[in-house]
Amino acid sequence: MDIPQNLKYTASHEWIAGAPDGTLTIGITAVATDQLGELVYVELPEVGKQLAAGEACAVVESTKAASDVYAPVAGEVVEVNSALGEQPGTVNEGPYDKGWLFRLKPAEAGAADRLLDANAYRASAGV
Amino acid sequence: MHLSADGSLGVSALAQTPLHTLHRALGARFTPFAGYDMPLQYADGLKAEHLWTRARAGLFDVSHMGQLRVSGAAPHGALEAALPLDFDGWPAGQQRYSLLLNDAGGIEDDLMVTRLEGEVAIVVNAACRDKDYAQLRARCAGLAFEWRDAALLALQGPEAERVLAGLAPAAGELKFMQAAWMPVAGERCLVTRSGYTGEDGYEISVPASAAEKLARALLDDAAVKPVGLAARDTLRLEAGLHLYGQDMDAETSVCTAGLGWAIARARRAGGAKEGGFPGAQTTLRELREGTRRRLAGLVGIEPVPVRQGAAIVDTEGVERGTVTSGTVSPSLGKPVMLAQLDTTLAADAPLFAVVRGKRHAVARAALPFVPKRYKR
Repeated sequence: MDIPQNLKYTASHEWIAGAPDGTLTIGITAVATDQLGELVYVELPEVGKQLAAGEACAVVESTKAASDVYAPVAGEVVEVNSALGEQPGTVNEGPYDKGWLFRLKPAEAGAADRLLDANAYRASAGV
Repeated sequence: MHLSADGSLGVSALAQTPLHTLHRALGARFTPFAGYDMPLQYADGLKAEHLWTRARAGLFDVSHMGQLRVSGAAPHGALEAALPLDFDGWPAGQQRYSLLLNDAGGIEDDLMVTRLEGEVAIVVNAACRDKDYAQLRARCAGLAFEWRDAALLALQGPEAERVLAGLAPAAGELKFMQAAWMPVAGERCLVTRSGYTGEDGYEISVPASAAEKLARALLDDAAVKPVGLAARDTLRLEAGLHLYGQDMDAETSVCTAGLGWAIARARRAGGAKEGGFPGAQTTLRELREGTRRRLAGLVGIEPVPVRQGAAIVDTEGVERGTVTSGTVSPSLGKPVMLAQLDTTLAADAPLFAVVRGKRHAVARAALPFVPKRYKR
């Protein structure tokens, strides 16, 4: 299972990548896409929305089921991957690159440092 | 997100079908279903398995379903007291769909009934095994009911006939909803030309001890792939077929479920054997007067999937129905749903499904969503 070493993670299968400008890019892991199967619909938050840490803020749906995606840290939504509206399967094809979901400007700099590293996520997910 | 764990606590308490070892060898991902540890999907996944069944042939393990053998003196008259069927003019080797009703007219189960020489075979839903057995015994005191120690395999899809006839030539002679005992790969099996996918195909009741050998023989054909319960659900929904526990239950009447056709003509008002089955009073009244709501097909105009439990509202926001089954059709690439809708609605009334608090336009659609391809 592909769990990139350079990302941060949550136990609820979100990955988080930091950018030099302090924003965070968020997506779901290969563990999640493997479990869900091919996505048929993705619902993303509105740009400008303020999210609390742990808030359900996006929905990914496979044929089987709908699953919430949670904000890993508090912050403001600054961009969403609107290409997923037409091509939700992009998340399955590249969960860590083209399949990113949204970008956050965190309320507190460094909040992401407290999230899981790749090894801790592997242990948490049992992969 | 929260992912349901597979293969976690409690699995040891689940029953296994005779094909469990084979499912593991084939790389199945399992899910608990009606007390059984069942294959949800294999390595190819839901969509590929679904489309393969429509294009070639899918092999399903449906051994969790209950297979009842009914015998005794004059079983047919006694069964007519329990089920809204008419055994007159019903030849041996013919299968019919029926409903086990309660006294209030609610649906306790839907079942497949096959008249055979000297016995009747009934297939019931896994979750309903015990209550069906109790209810049928109570209503048919003179009859013997026993569970067959057999696996049930479904081979479904346009290549099913070629594949099964290769192992059992007599299978090619059957027409839709016909049944016969025949040797398949050297084992005596009860074969019916039926299934629950909308495709041509068969259900094969094979002794448990020979089930894996038969499954492997079928899978030896390059046209056959194993298909899990996830694709079975999307296939049946595209075919407009009801799932017990979702599209109907003990609180749902025959006419609300849109299953009035399952009541034999002779058992309806004015028929030679009018009434005389559980729930007949309610059922016959509803066949005459109609019901407040009735099951109908809907398709999504927008891509958002609509699932079981979603409300259907009109332009005023007034609730006019409830979705009982919903998915995104792998064949059509758009949301499809079965919903109980107000029967007073105009056919062209604009309707919306409410998903996470937002309205999404839906349109009435004729059932099935995908044409059935039975060999009649």
